[in-house]
Amino acid sequence: MKIQEYTQSKYNFEECMKCTVCTAYCPVLQVNPLFPGPKQCGPDEERLRLKDPYFFNTALKYCMNCKRCEVACPSGVNVAALIQSARIHYDHTPPKVRDRILASTDFMGKMARPVAPVVNAVTGLGITKTVLDATLKIDHRRSFPRYSGSSFTAWLKRHRKEQAAFEEQAAYFHGCYVNYNHPQLGKDLVKVLNALGVGVQLLEKEKCCGIAMIVNGMSARAARNASVNIASIRKAVDKGLKVLSTSSTCVLTLRDEYPELLGIDNDSVREDILLATRFIFERMEAGATLHFRPDYHRRIAYHVPCHLEKLGWGVFSERLLRRIPGVEFTLLDSNCCGIAGTYGFKKENYEAAQNIGAPLFDQIRSVDPEVVACDCETCKWQIEMSTGYPVMNPISILAEALE
Amino acid sequence: MRFDTVIIGGGLAGLTAGIALQREGKSTAIISTGQNALHFFSGSFESVVEKNERMIDFFAKAGIPLHYAPGVRLMPLGSFRPSALCLEDTDIFPTAKVGSKVLIVNFMGYHDFFSTFLAEGLEKEGMQCRIRLLDLPELEPLQRSPGGMRSVQMARILDPIWEKFVQEVRLLIKDEDIVVIPQVFGLKDPSTPGLIREDLPVRAIFAGTLPPSVPGIRTQQLLGRNYERLGGTYLKGDHALRALTKDNRIIGVSTKNLDRHYLKADTFILASGSYFSKGLRSNPFEITEPVFDLDVNYSPERSDWYNPKFAADQPYMHYGVKTDENLHAIKGGTVIQNLYAIGSVMGVSHPRFGFGAGLAIRSAFHVTDQIVQESKV
Repeated sequence: MKIQEYTQSKYNFEECMKCTVCTAYCPVLQVNPLFPGPKQCGPDEERLRLKDPYFFNTALKYCMNCKRCEVACPSGVNVAALIQSARIHYDHTPPKVRDRILASTDFMGKMARPVAPVVNAVTGLGITKTVLDATLKIDHRRSFPRYSGSSFTAWLKRHRKEQAAFEEQAAYFHGCYVNYNHPQLGKDLVKVLNALGVGVQLLEKEKCCGIAMIVNGMSARAARNASVNIASIRKAVDKGLKVLSTSSTCVLTLRDEYPELLGIDNDSVREDILLATRFIFERMEAGATLHFRPDYHRRIAYHVPCHLEKLGWGVFSERLLRRIPGVEFTLLDSNCCGIAGTYGFKKENYEAAQNIGAPLFDQIRSVDPEVVACDCETCKWQIEMSTGYPVMNPISILAEALE
Repeated sequence: MRFDTVIIGGGLAGLTAGIALQREGKSTAIISTGQNALHFFSGSFESVVEKNERMIDFFAKAGIPLHYAPGVRLMPLGSFRPSALCLEDTDIFPTAKVGSKVLIVNFMGYHDFFSTFLAEGLEKEGMQCRIRLLDLPELEPLQRSPGGMRSVQMARILDPIWEKFVQEVRLLIKDEDIVVIPQVFGLKDPSTPGLIREDLPVRAIFAGTLPPSVPGIRTQQLLGRNYERLGGTYLKGDHALRALTKDNRIIGVSTKNLDRHYLKADTFILASGSYFSKGLRSNPFEITEPVFDLDVNYSPERSDWYNPKFAADQPYMHYGVKTDENLHAIKGGTVIQNLYAIGSVMGVSHPRFGFGAGLAIRSAFHVTDQIVQESKV
């Protein structure tokens, strides 16, 4: 019997029962009355858009693609994918200069690296922020990620020989953030995997995963990046390697956004693209051990980023952290921090982003941990800027606790 | 990943089972496919006349006060139905004649609350009704957007200004002895409706709105939080796919998000709900249970499934998975000793009387008691 096969709609939108549950969980809808909400922007308007693209609504740009609507939907409708794909197909206004800059994390990193101290000093200045706000509409209250003077890839290349000496190997999709802003996280991953007897290698070629381009109207460029990445990942997988990432958003993009939004087929490699904490958890479940410092002590509050919640893998990071002796663990309530990648940097979204994040920030202040743990770099910027609490990737906490 | 018990379904039945087991020191995981029937919750659990102290105590521990008073409650369209155990938002009266004059208050631009139906229903019971619309400037941003005036968005704005709301209602009351208010208060804090009630000079009744249900969402959040604070693993937005079985026992369950990573456990509880939550699947030829392919109790004649009268009791609503008397599930005629079925997937609920919630909780208790007992042997 093939009834469902012949009636399945794109992104399952015909399954929408109009129950409105998604509207209760959309963070944007609660703070921005200009956004019509996931139900209307997604399945409701899709019917109209299919009749006539005239019905495309520019308010779709307020969707921050957090995917909480998809997690809440009882009927399996890919609401956020419907909205983003409508933006890709119907919105032909060229992206603004600002959006191009924000989305080009790869290019900006390459440019900034050789002059990192200068860039960091300049972007920290009040006058720079005022100018960026006035000219580009990048909000002046935002603090900018700092750039590193040396890239992670250069560091790993220097250690290529010792990494190759490990009998078991894993490939690392480091992403722009580790490469240009925070190579220490990559080094921490190498330390933890080495302790498990696994050597780390780079992919043959790696480009920015492209999520910021997808949501900023540059999906053609994102698709070019995706083709390069998937080809490299395929080569690694053919060698029997798992491909790991320390960023929940990069993983979600490689696994789900490529086929769903960019039409890039990743079927044969999808299951081999993993968040590093999942890989480590599964190794330990299979019998591998990590030796932790007996004197280690940390009070940790763990925030599950929206995209990790969508992946459904927060449980792996959570369980790993709980396993470290000397860790006092609090699981924070499920809330969005509000930044959503480049979204919160834009002047028009700053207020909304901070209002969305308020419940999370309040809870962090009341828990008062030593450190907040989180698998997403943009959540890290947002939480550090908004609460003053330091934020660490679970991998860095593992590395710090190792003997 | 290993647990003592894996629960499929994160609604009222699944959460009750999860919390009950966590409180007994068991490790559990709940696989939840999106949100659940609590988002359509009326606030009434059941109309069973005997007082169930255990349920009241169980919810009190999760920060959810219930009240017990066998009688009738006001439905969103103005009729009355029996009820005995409710959230504090919902009022129960000894008879349908709840007063003599009623003021029904609604908000300008809010179409999910049926004031005129309510008035008709109350007038049938011999009460005089007056409907008044409040136009609060605080709600103006919501009125601008077509989907803005919804229960949850309104509650977010109204909760912090409930005192102002009470003042406005005070000005509207003339000689009425009852005021009916939409259930759009208390999204986070279950005490807000009670505070409003205390501050009004006449008796206030909170009447249901179109979904999402504000008291229902709050109950879901409080139960979910209680479950996670007890150390439970709530897998949101995931979907149980297949079961791994050996010698007529379930060993593990795979899910959509975890690929081939099986969730393993000693016992499994199926709390996946009815058709809406896809706990049961139907097509023109059969009704099936998709995860374990359990035996389902339904008529082979499709014409028996429906009563042509739309509002009549529909036979398909009573179809569900077969169990033995201890709620062990049955597959191919054989009882599976470590798989239980609870809540509406059992298909014995009666939506017209709102027994679903009480049944979910009672069946969850019945099963978790057995699991705890067995683990002590």
